[in-house]
Amino acid sequence: MTKSELIAALVAENPHLRQPDIELIVATIFDEITAALARGDRVELRGFGAFSAKQRDPRTGRNPRTGAAVPVAAKAVPYFKPGKELRERVNGEASAATGPTAS
Amino acid sequence: MNTLTRANLAEAIYTQVGLSRNESSALLESVLHRVSEALAGGEAVKIAAFGTFLVRQKGQRIGRNPKTGVEVPILPRKVLTFRPSQVMKARINGASPPLDDDAA
Repeated sequence: MTKSELIAALVAENPHLRQPDIELIVATIFDEITAALARGDRVELRGFGAFSAKQRDPRTGRNPRTGAAVPVAAKAVPYFKPGKELRERVNGEASAATGPTAS
Repeated sequence: MNTLTRANLAEAIYTQVGLSRNESSALLESVLHRVSEALAGGEAVKIAAFGTFLVRQKGQRIGRNPKTGVEVPILPRKVLTFRPSQVMKARINGASPPLDDDAA
């Protein structure tokens, strides 16, 4: 599924909304997540997952062709940790969304 | 470090799009639901300028209980991975916490 397919599905599901509004909604969601990570914040969506940015230390890399050492600067890498419910659903386990209350 | 939740994202939709607060959070839920459904069906979800959610099939391997040392088989399973887009990586590093100005 691509972003445009996601938008098309939402447009069909919400006939009372204009397509440009749906597009703005989808863009806002993903933009806010990216902006939060850029600020160093994390985003936690229960049942779905959590986005965070992991800091990587500077290191010395190597040009694989010449073998020359090249300094690699410190950087932040976006990371997504799937939530329990989504992880189980992807793995084909029966989701107990409204099931027994065992914890 | 702050943690954003559904409430923050719904608030952003409310201010950006001008829907009611209720409808803003309902739409956020729809988006997450659609993405989850596709992934549960094994389909990859590709959001341009954001990243790709991929379902990967892992084979069986032998694991070990770290406490007891007992070998246990880890069954084949499907795992969800996220590959951030170049655009997202650049944005996160563009305005990331200030680095030292001193030359190393």
